[in-house]
Amino acid sequence: MATDALTISGLHAYYGDSHVLYGVDFALKPSRVLALLGRNGAGKTTCISSIMGLLPPRKGEIKLFGKTVSGLPPETISRMGIGLVPQGRRIFPTLSVRENLIVAAQRQSEGEKPWNLDRIYDLFPRMSERRNQLAGSLSGGEQQMLAIGRALMSNPKVLLLDEPSEGLAPLIVQEVGRTVQRLKDEGQAIILVEQNSQLALEVADQVVILNTGEVAFDGTVEDVRANPDLITQNLGVFHGH
Amino acid sequence: MQSSQTRTVLALLAVVLVGALGFSYIASIRSAQFAIVQTLNSLALGGLLFLLAAGFSLIFGLMRLANLTHGALFMLGAYIGANIMRSYEGVSLWVAMLGSGILVALMGGVLERFVLRKLSSNSLGQVLVTLGMSFIIADACLIIWGGDPIPVPTPPDLRAPIRLFGYAFPTYRLAVVVLAIVAAVALYLLLERTRLGAMIRAGVDDMAMARAVGIPVSKLFTAVFMLGAGIAGAAGVLGGPIMSAYPGLDADMLPLALIVVILGGVGSLFGAFVGSFIIGFVYTFGTALLPDLAYVILFLPMILVIAFRPQGLFGRIAA
Ligand SMILES: Nc1ncnc2c1ncn2[C@@H]1O[C@H](COP(=O)(O)OP(=O)(O)OP(=O)(O)O)[C@@H](O)[C@H]1O
Ligand SMILES: [Mg+2]
Repeated sequence: MATDALTISGLHAYYGDSHVLYGVDFALKPSRVLALLGRNGAGKTTCISSIMGLLPPRKGEIKLFGKTVSGLPPETISRMGIGLVPQGRRIFPTLSVRENLIVAAQRQSEGEKPWNLDRIYDLFPRMSERRNQLAGSLSGGEQQMLAIGRALMSNPKVLLLDEPSEGLAPLIVQEVGRTVQRLKDEGQAIILVEQNSQLALEVADQVVILNTGEVAFDGTVEDVRANPDLITQNLGVFHGH
Repeated sequence: MQSSQTRTVLALLAVVLVGALGFSYIASIRSAQFAIVQTLNSLALGGLLFLLAAGFSLIFGLMRLANLTHGALFMLGAYIGANIMRSYEGVSLWVAMLGSGILVALMGGVLERFVLRKLSSNSLGQVLVTLGMSFIIADACLIIWGGDPIPVPTPPDLRAPIRLFGYAFPTYRLAVVVLAIVAAVALYLLLERTRLGAMIRAGVDDMAMARAVGIPVSKLFTAVFMLGAGIAGAAGVLGGPIMSAYPGLDADMLPLALIVVILGGVGSLFGAFVGSFIIGFVYTFGTALLPDLAYVILFLPMILVIAFRPQGLFGRIAA
């Protein structure tokens, strides 16, 4: 059996005394996209923060291509190959666009076409136009592109995208969708957290639905399509076509 | 409202004092030589304060740590410099500055790595430890170097004043100002034009996110702490020919640096620069012209800033 890109087993996470994740398990295969769905407050961001090491898990194990990353500090986890596009984008507002990208550059380049400044500028020509502008002055959509570019600069083996379409105009959401598709086509393994389940289901291979800190469903996109009740029950909203 | 009344009173007080100071300044202009010397004293003090405040501000901006050993590191630097120059005949002040800066930077590195690091989740504990360390360093200096001030000789080339238009300009003080400006430019370039500087600013913007993109924040902390400590130590030597090394130098300098940082804005290099020269002037002219009100004049700008602009003149973080 080929090694999974990312394996999460028995993950329990807490904020202080408040228990938020109750034994979450799932695995992401190499070069696949896993959509992580769930209501507001279901624990999606908590899950992402645990994987990144920003919220070290109290119990459970997280493995990246077989190597344990849980318990390590975020900078080490980043260097081992996990890239984060956080909810709310969190670009560095007082740095220029270019600086936002170069501070995240890492030397590891195992892929055939490693990401670098030029390739990010090719992917997002607007970033090239605005390279010397302060990132804080970019529009929401541009900040999202920058946050994705910044995460790619570390040439991650697994990319975590936490609600990349949140608060963006429909046209920009489409662009985000196309970008995710393109990364997938290049073989990037991705965990995509989304409220916009339509966007997520278009690119994903696998779907995990969280409900109040537990995995309520884990299966293929086809399973979800065949069973639309899953979405209405667990997400509370129906995103029709 | 009460707070707006307080503000009005403070503003009135400020106007009166600034008026008094301005009047005294103009009155003193009749003696141009006095004005020249005091102006250069102000600039030199401003330069030294900048070197102290820049490191303090940088450390606070990145690590959210008010490093109260900063004054003690300045004093320690002055003593080490004086000691080097006394022990090795013919060593220039500049070499002593470099040597002392490196030694104090190493001490700062040890302090950060092995003491402050252990308390990284406890910011009150960190502040108390830095205060305690400053007492320990001060006592150690007293034991090693005794209670009498140790003079630091002025470099021979800079002893004679420059004569221009019939007035004498104290050369060493001019050199201090020039060096402070050079240091300010170098620090600016380091912070604004290098990848390392961008990483430091990223850490100031969003520490957790900086770590998540792989910036080695822990190494950055040590580097910035050592840089700040080293500059403070070197500044102690640079100030030596003006102030000499004496017990209590730390307690004289630290409050001034704190006022500078609050005035200019925590974490802002430009703010530290402007604030240093404002305080350099206010302190020098205040003590020379209105000695009875020296402390009022010194603390008033800080109180005004806290009342009207808590983030400081150029800062983003509220003090
Ligand atoms: N910093 C925090 N401190 C305490 N509790 C938190 C914190 N962040 C999140 N929580 C709680 O943890 C639970 C899960 O939150 P989380 O942010 O993981 O949800 P989410 O699925 O990402 O939701 P959303 O779709 O709104 O982003 C919620 O009940 C939330 O209130
Ligand atoms: Mg979330």
